[in-house]
Amino acid sequence: MKQQLLMDFAVNKENNSIAVRREFNAPLTLVWDAFTKSEILDQWWAPKPWKTRTKTMDFREGGHWHYAMVGPNEEIHWAWLDYKTIQFRKRFTGFDAFADGDGNLNRDMPMSTMEVIFADKGPITLVEFNISYDDLAQLETTVAMGFKDGLTTAMEGLDALLALSTNA
Amino acid sequence: MRRDVFHAIADPTRRAILSLIAIQAMTPNALADHFHTTRQAVSNHIKILTECQLLKKEQSGREIFYHLQPDKMVEIDTWLQQFKAQWVDRYQQLDEVLIHLKNNTK
Repeated sequence: MKQQLLMDFAVNKENNSIAVRREFNAPLTLVWDAFTKSEILDQWWAPKPWKTRTKTMDFREGGHWHYAMVGPNEEIHWAWLDYKTIQFRKRFTGFDAFADGDGNLNRDMPMSTMEVIFADKGPITLVEFNISYDDLAQLETTVAMGFKDGLTTAMEGLDALLALSTNA
Repeated sequence: MRRDVFHAIADPTRRAILSLIAIQAMTPNALADHFHTTRQAVSNHIKILTECQLLKKEQSGREIFYHLQPDKMVEIDTWLQQFKAQWVDRYQQLDEVLIHLKNNTK
């Protein structure tokens, strides 16, 4: 059984934010766990061919997730996420940055704030992921970081986007 | 100093200039009337946008008009597409993980 799940991607260039809305064919309890438990995050967070390896995680307000994005040739980018507010199975907010293996933040690299909102729709869960950057140039660096391999696959749909940007 | 499209759109005044010029070609003076900053500041923004090939100037009689070069906007959308593709991939992986989790809890 294949059903159509919503995926929505909106860029707000005025406040440098991106909203990704996506439905998942699983109940809220499971989806919440998938976003908040490192052993599950490690299985999906890094886009292929990259992998996620958690060093430490403490999911509570004021806690953090310190993890590595590991490339196909074992290249490593360390990342750090600070958890600011957590409303159990509803919403969490955090601050996302690149770091080193000891957890020192790299302030020259893009930093973003994130807000993740969960909506219970019975057998389906809607997740809204909002990311905001200080400026759009940071966003571009994020894209360039380590994900060059997927570059050529990203060209589809460009015409539609182009039509949008020229009408804007 | 970076001189590429991302540098160009990083500044709110330059984004505003782009959206004005997207509607119609304009002279530097007409553009400057839309902003509270000095003409010098506006002309500096125009210079950067031209260097980034987002604007093109054309002489019309005694006036110089600036036009939008939509080709370069494609670059911006290209990286946004890449960013989007990352999320599509990431969430497809999560779909798989959730299928396993659901089977394990049954």
